[in-house]
Amino acid sequence: MMEMLRAIYIIWYRELLRFVRERSRMFSALAMPLLFLVIFGAGFKNLVGNLAGGVDFVTFMYPGIVAMSVLMTAFMSGMSIVWDREFGFLREVLVAPIPRMGVALGKTLGGATVAMLQGCLLLFLAPVVGVALTPIKVALLLPMLLVVALAIASLGVLIASRMRSMQAFQFLMTLVFFPMTFLSGVFFPVTNLPPWLMLVVRVNPVTYGVDAIRQLFLQGMTLPAVNPSLGINPTLGALGASPGKDAPYALAVTLFGHPMTMLQDMGVVALFGAVVLSLAVWSFNRQD
Amino acid sequence: MKAVEVKELTKRYGTLEAVKGISLSVEKGEIFGLLGPNGAGKTTTINILCTLQKATSGEAWVNGFPVARQRDEVRRSIGLVFQDPSLDDYLTAYENMSFHAWCYGVPGGVRRERIRMLLEMVQLWERRNDQVKTFSGGMKRRLEIARGLLHYPAVLFLDEPTLGLDPQTRRRIWEYIMELREQEGLTIVMTTHYMDEAEPCHRIAVIDEGRIVALDSPEGLKRRLGGDVVILETDDNQGVALELERRYSLAAELRDGSLRFTVDRGSQFIPELMRSLGQGIRSINLRRPTLDDVFLSLTGHDIRDEKPDSRAEIRAHFRQRGGPRR
Ligand SMILES: Nc1ncnc2c1ncn2[C@@H]1O[C@H](COP(=O)(O)OP(=O)(O)O)[C@@H](O)[C@H]1O
Ligand SMILES: [Mg+2]
Repeated sequence: MMEMLRAIYIIWYRELLRFVRERSRMFSALAMPLLFLVIFGAGFKNLVGNLAGGVDFVTFMYPGIVAMSVLMTAFMSGMSIVWDREFGFLREVLVAPIPRMGVALGKTLGGATVAMLQGCLLLFLAPVVGVALTPIKVALLLPMLLVVALAIASLGVLIASRMRSMQAFQFLMTLVFFPMTFLSGVFFPVTNLPPWLMLVVRVNPVTYGVDAIRQLFLQGMTLPAVNPSLGINPTLGALGASPGKDAPYALAVTLFGHPMTMLQDMGVVALFGAVVLSLAVWSFNRQD
Repeated sequence: MKAVEVKELTKRYGTLEAVKGISLSVEKGEIFGLLGPNGAGKTTTINILCTLQKATSGEAWVNGFPVARQRDEVRRSIGLVFQDPSLDDYLTAYENMSFHAWCYGVPGGVRRERIRMLLEMVQLWERRNDQVKTFSGGMKRRLEIARGLLHYPAVLFLDEPTLGLDPQTRRRIWEYIMELREQEGLTIVMTTHYMDEAEPCHRIAVIDEGRIVALDSPEGLKRRLGGDVVILETDDNQGVALELERRYSLAAELRDGSLRFTVDRGSQFIPELMRSLGQGIRSINLRRPTLDDVFLSLTGHDIRDEKPDSRAEIRAHFRQRGGPRR
């Protein structure tokens, strides 16, 4: 047990050290979401105007951008095992008398921590985009970000533990990470989408994380509004969401016609995270 | 108890049999060399001994522990310098050392002292707070050697420790290794495909295509050749070869336009040779046998006849010079 904690601690600590050292990685993980915020925000604002519930588009996007920054950093950190393998450092770790499970857990925790830090940096922008943050909101936000970051860092570790080449990395970013991010409601409300895309959105676990974070951010800012195009399970065919006064949040994701509360959203993410983390530990353990 | 004991070890990658039944044992305090060309199976053997890969069949013990079953005990017993670099370039030299000390549970009290002593020995103490990415290939190698010794290993494995380094740096690194062996009473198992690098070994296993073709001290190996190496350039190599065979029962080998054979007391043989075959001879070269000659006579090919595998070396070279980083 002590061995395990020691392993987790060392690997976690190295992850933090690297984060501090690799400024370029930090900046790109900051610059990209900011760029999106400015470009999309400015571009779409005129196009879209206000969203359902009277939410300003930039205000809508901002929580998504925070989420995206966290997602990206967490995923990249988990995936950095691929670089460790390519540049040889992984062998130093694998041949050390420390439990592999601890290495996988430490990597996940480290990636999540770094991602949280990154996300927190973006919180300083809140006043600029007109989002009011209260201490309570921040206190609630941190554990949320942590759960999301842990889940996605685990996903990175799981994929990286099976990956042998750097080429596959680009492929995975394009085919897994970007679709997962873009189809999670980071940039646009996941409403009014064709049914098949809607299905992808609902299957995508990231959607729920983003939804929860956004609900928290925008809490108290939106009016319950009618939005019939929102969140109808196409196979059920019913306009079953029956959004109305009791709808917790007008832009919320629905599952089988039921608008998800923050807690339920987080439940989905946590469940997904737990499964992926177990798989990641198992997979990392088995590699040679 | 032997420092290392290997019995009938084999390793298969799909259809390729990289190691074909290797057996050897290494005494405590010995410097033992695995000498062979690229692709001979040296790295594979080392990887199995240090628990990074599983053998297909056969058994091995390091410091008395079976490598397949008591991995952590084996891992604690060994220090490793890999063929390819394995440092974290973004951390400083000191942080790389600290990371290692933590991994191996070197107690806090001795940790600092030990890191300082080793970094001073490899002359990197002054640079301890610099990121490793600013280091030259030779400095990285020295740091890796210092790191491999940090946790007082019983056996130090060095896989091509001076690959891709210039001759001066190679010599320096060997000085460190020898100094450390004296101080710590280490057992050293090293691989190389540089013949001269194998000279300081107590014993050498010559390995070719996954098999040990000879195992002896460097002197013993050279003695097997029987005498001195003579290299002749003549007008008529074919004819001279026949004459050598007929008159002196010497089997000369034709390579790169010259004849090569070994003979007892070469310095006395040459005047005799001049008397009998003098006219057609353009040049004579006489020397003590080197391990290169030994390898050639054992395997029938030169150690530098590189297989396609030399790719690995180029890559290692490239990385040590600071190749692309993310
Ligand atoms: N992971 C691997 N998969 C398939 N073949 C391998 C692998 N590692 C090594 N080989 C092959 O096994 C043989 C021995 O390689 P290696 O042990 O690296 O030789 P050496 O270290 O003596 O140069 C080579 O033919 C090499 O191509
Ligand atoms: Mg090798």
